[in-house]
Amino acid sequence: MMMKRRKSIPFHIGLTIVMLLFLMMLISLFYTPYDPNMMQTNARLAKPSLEHLFGTDNFGRDILSRMMQGSQTAFLIGISSVSVGLFFGFLIGACAGYFGGWIDELCMRFIDALMAFPGILLAIMLITVFEPGIKNTILALGMMSVPTFARIIRSSFMQTKQFDYVKASKAKGAGSIHIIFKHILPNIVSPILVAATLSFSGTILAEAGLSYLGLGVQPPDPSWGRMLKEAQPYIATAPWYVIITGTMITLMVLGFNLLGDGIRDQQDKKS
Amino acid sequence: MRYIIYKLSTFIVTIALVSLIVFSVFQVLPGRPAQTILGIDADEQQVAQLEKELGLDQSLWEQYISWISGLFSGDLGESLKYQQPVIDILLDRIPVTFSLAMLSIVLTALIGIPLGIFIARTDGKWVSTILSMLTQLGIAIPSFWFGFILILLFSVTFKLFPSNSYVPWSEDFFGALQSFFLPALALALSNIAIMIRYLRNTILDQMKMDYVRTAKCKGLSERWIVYRHILRNAFIPILTIFGMIIADTLGGSIIIENVFSLPGLGSLLIQSISARDFPLVQSMVLYIAVLVVFINFLVDLLYKVIDPRIRLKG
Repeated sequence: MMMKRRKSIPFHIGLTIVMLLFLMMLISLFYTPYDPNMMQTNARLAKPSLEHLFGTDNFGRDILSRMMQGSQTAFLIGISSVSVGLFFGFLIGACAGYFGGWIDELCMRFIDALMAFPGILLAIMLITVFEPGIKNTILALGMMSVPTFARIIRSSFMQTKQFDYVKASKAKGAGSIHIIFKHILPNIVSPILVAATLSFSGTILAEAGLSYLGLGVQPPDPSWGRMLKEAQPYIATAPWYVIITGTMITLMVLGFNLLGDGIRDQQDKKS
Repeated sequence: MRYIIYKLSTFIVTIALVSLIVFSVFQVLPGRPAQTILGIDADEQQVAQLEKELGLDQSLWEQYISWISGLFSGDLGESLKYQQPVIDILLDRIPVTFSLAMLSIVLTALIGIPLGIFIARTDGKWVSTILSMLTQLGIAIPSFWFGFILILLFSVTFKLFPSNSYVPWSEDFFGALQSFFLPALALALSNIAIMIRYLRNTILDQMKMDYVRTAKCKGLSERWIVYRHILRNAFIPILTIFGMIIADTLGGSIIIENVFSLPGLGSLLIQSISARDFPLVQSMVLYIAVLVVFINFLVDLLYKVIDPRIRLKG
């Protein structure tokens, strides 16, 4: 009993963080304390106060309002990139795992090749060629998570197709599509859920890095990563700007990591 | 032997695929490179002349082959921005990135391995739970933001380390070490956290093995068992994680070099992108990726050296 309780604490912390950030995003759709783009020249780099909870930036814009608006971009990019990664990862992983043989070998070499680009290098290369912006950021970050999904889906497919009921279904003459959707997919939902949660946080980190380098989300679209870039020159004069922005990114990543790990632990216990 | 041949052939195929990916991605670029070099005033004849010189009038396949053979002979063409051979520019920058990566990996090993062993040995106690939450935090913190915080703490507040002042090794050894220390630490943070988590899990898994029970029955102390038996068996997982960490460090240095203004490959990459110096970007991306594939290949070979029992599956 003690063991169970202790294990679920990180999961609940993660869930709480993610829910709070999601709530903040929802609220920002209807309400922000100030107009996120309103400049107040007489209140540049104001310290956090009751008037401006997180202070103001170098143009006198309210940091809290900008963070709230930025959370929309973070969730948009996170969800869309993971979907892109899952889509292509599923195609490649499913082909490799289901058919095996030389198709598997070919798919896996392609995945190895994608994994050769460390960190955000693959995204950087794609964005260099296809121009920065939200849409291309999503596609580039999505490509980064393709290998993870492809590998998980491949191994789940390989495992599941060994099961007797799948073999029986095949013997009865069921088609590939039927077997994949009816028998294999329901079995791999939970590992995919874990991978999706963990790549969500990876995407948030990568977006922050790309936007910091000026290759991610472009103005006027709000982004936490670009806010960090804008905050850097004022690190000595307005340290709260850097600290608050980075803390938000860290919280988001931490929340999703704890959530993903928690789900995995619960699965491990079940099996 | 079969193991080595298989690994070598996948190594070659992977490199071929990586180079094809890099080459084809850069083919998508709109416009003609020769026109970009000469500017919009150049007429059709001049552009055609330069294309001929650069080999751009050949078929795509021939261009690919000549680019790839350049990769091996070191002749990567000229940078558009610097008007210098790409290889000279790279050789200038490589020592900086190499020093940063090495120092970061050394820090990861020096901090991560002892802490990982410590946490595994105190497993189940509250220390372990708190430390495990801390490692999660370490993974979640963006390395470049941690770099900011280090600058804020050590350069701005306590003035212990210089920020944004790169000193080459040849000029002043300790000065160079100082200029590399903060960026290396920023880069190492998440790797230290990953190392700790991984090492802890590996050691705890090994603790459940029969040989540990036997050793315990023989009356060996836990310290002896951990250091003499478990760590030896945990060597392969540690090697795996090191392979990943090296790749991660290379990727992470792209951002960190920009935070600390270190003149390495990462800052060169970003400068070349904003200068639209595509030949340089293309070669750099390929070199970094090939390096990662090569490191993975080495790790695979080392597996076999460390544990001769390793064979190909199936």
